[in-house]
Amino acid sequence: MAGRRAVILFLGPALLAIGIFFVVPVLAAFVLSFTDFDIYALGNFDFARFVGLKNYAQLLADPLFWKAFRNTLEFLLIGGPLSIGVSLGAALMIQSKLVRWKGFFRTAYFSPVVTTLVAVAVVWRFVYHPRFGILNYLLSLVGIRGVDWLGDQHWAMPAIILMAVWKNFGYNMVIFIAGIQNIPEELYEAASIDGAGRFAQFRSITIPLLAPTTVYISILTMIGYFQLFAEPYVMTQGGPLNSTLSVVLLMYQQGFRWWNMGYSAALAFVLFAFILIGSLIQSRIQKRWEA
Amino acid sequence: MSPHPGARSIAFSAALLLAAFAGCGAPESGKTHITFWALGAEGEHVAKLIPGFTERHPDIDVRVQIIPWNAAHEKLLTAFAGGSLPDMCQLGNTWIPEFRTLNAIDNLSPWVARSSTVHDSSYFPGIWDTNVMDSLLYGVPWYVDTRVLFYRTDLLAASGVSSPPRSWEEWFDCSARMKKRYPESYANFFSTNNEWAPPVIMGLQEGSRLLKENNTLGDFSGPEFTSAMRAFTTFFKNEWAPVKTAQIVSVYQAFAEGYFAMYITGPWYIGEFKNRLPDSLQGKWMTAPLPGPNGGIGLSLAGGSSLVMFSRSAHKEAVWQLIEYLSGPETQLEFYRLTGDLPARIETWRDSSLAGNKFTAAFFEQLKHVVPTPKVPEWEQIAQKVREYVELITMNQYTVDEGLRSLDREVNVILEKRRWLLHGR
Repeated sequence: MAGRRAVILFLGPALLAIGIFFVVPVLAAFVLSFTDFDIYALGNFDFARFVGLKNYAQLLADPLFWKAFRNTLEFLLIGGPLSIGVSLGAALMIQSKLVRWKGFFRTAYFSPVVTTLVAVAVVWRFVYHPRFGILNYLLSLVGIRGVDWLGDQHWAMPAIILMAVWKNFGYNMVIFIAGIQNIPEELYEAASIDGAGRFAQFRSITIPLLAPTTVYISILTMIGYFQLFAEPYVMTQGGPLNSTLSVVLLMYQQGFRWWNMGYSAALAFVLFAFILIGSLIQSRIQKRWEA
Repeated sequence: MSPHPGARSIAFSAALLLAAFAGCGAPESGKTHITFWALGAEGEHVAKLIPGFTERHPDIDVRVQIIPWNAAHEKLLTAFAGGSLPDMCQLGNTWIPEFRTLNAIDNLSPWVARSSTVHDSSYFPGIWDTNVMDSLLYGVPWYVDTRVLFYRTDLLAASGVSSPPRSWEEWFDCSARMKKRYPESYANFFSTNNEWAPPVIMGLQEGSRLLKENNTLGDFSGPEFTSAMRAFTTFFKNEWAPVKTAQIVSVYQAFAEGYFAMYITGPWYIGEFKNRLPDSLQGKWMTAPLPGPNGGIGLSLAGGSSLVMFSRSAHKEAVWQLIEYLSGPETQLEFYRLTGDLPARIETWRDSSLAGNKFTAAFFEQLKHVVPTPKVPEWEQIAQKVREYVELITMNQYTVDEGLRSLDREVNVILEKRRWLLHGR
């Protein structure tokens, strides 16, 4: 009995906090997604109606939602692998025996992760500036005519992807470094005695032994990238022509700009479903790999 | 990691609580504290006017908080939901219907009735009207803004046009002459990728009310707006205005290069053009009131910001004192000098700094011909839809009729709740 009381005593505060700050709001949002809670309802709760699945039906028929969904997928499918690739490359370089000042590079590559996005965005807006930006200047040195990165509907998303990759790769890099350090040095020694070259070692030892780390990183990256928001919010506000509108940004606009809370809540649960499906697919792939 | 995260968080919470109490503080004896949210550049400058107020009212302490424009709307609604609105605020006058629907702002008519400084006769009627709903006043105009025509005098003259267009016919004719003279350039520029104002203005000029049946249904496919939209598309069909607006990186640069010669925009462009256009072009641009469909000055939008009093404020008397002070003729003039925002009071315009300014003269004329957009909380959302469809129509993705019918369908979905509130319940 005393044991049970101790359990309640220790778990209670945490459960209470999770209950109040997580379970209740999520349930409330779920209920909200079946109502048409909007600006009128905010003024007078009697003006909210239960509308069943109408928000969901309207959402799936909304071309703007699908536009936002395609944009988010583009960001995820191009930015995700790119980010993981850059992280792996950076981790391998830093762990390479040839590199000196490892600590310095590790800190330098990690610093964008801990820098405030708003500050970063201000700098990148200068980088991307069509006339005075350093990016277009560098391109002009090799004879390429620059573009208006954030103002062109075809280039705005690539620009956002580039910035997001630069901002985030340091985090995954640190996890990769930990993964690489966990690979026993003897394996490489044995392989080199067997006559395996650098590339063969990389392919047959590093890659397979980093697989669990990679899966872990890719799931985390997917979940994070699905929730793309701050980058377009700060850089482009979703424009031009909605070319950088993400699902979460749309949710934010519907919820906080137009105050269509019911619709916005429905959007949140649809996004949740997509992330869930994505995670399930990835963990299924992982199981097949391990089997 | 701390070995006792629990203890640490308790200490942290305690510190937060203490800080919260400290924040409340004990008010200085006898002084009334009011909080005033001002937006963007206005917020930065209005603080300089406050000492003049506290000199006259030593018993009132004003705290000005600056809210950035692009986050203001969200912040105000969130503050309403959380019960943390300030005592008073600067509100874009198209937002007033929304906050009135929420019962967040007070009817100011009784205060005005007792006031010696604030009277409707001192203000531009169209601007005053944006603050009136069901014959009650919800805001006092603080500064005004509307759209007029900015144009390049040299390019028009070179095309054989001596004065800015005064009717749609002259506008088309002037555009055609310019195209002939400068085939590579455009007479006009409408930023259809992010602005809804020009087509809406033309609709209003043709007599469209934009919404119908007590603002519960879209009226964009009605005859007036359709006719305006046909006129608007003429500019694109004849290449009198570029369709691909995203190619224009900087309006200033394009205007300086003569890529276009006429542009409908607001008073902030006076300052921008003065600062950003090269010296060689100063003196080669001018402003003019908008041309109307059948000649004369056409209608434009009644824009600007008003000062509102929040219903939950506990210091309404003090709030009204501050509104009156900011609406006084001298304060209005001082505010114009600080910000360049056009004053809402007509008598302020007689001061030499405004009366002698050739660029603001067109605004003064235009402000006598302004109308509000429909006073429904959904207007901003509807305006975004209008912009979307106008852009699609100019890109030939829809014909005028198809596009406006689809627009009405979407607008009617947005207004469904309003119909239910007015009729359905």
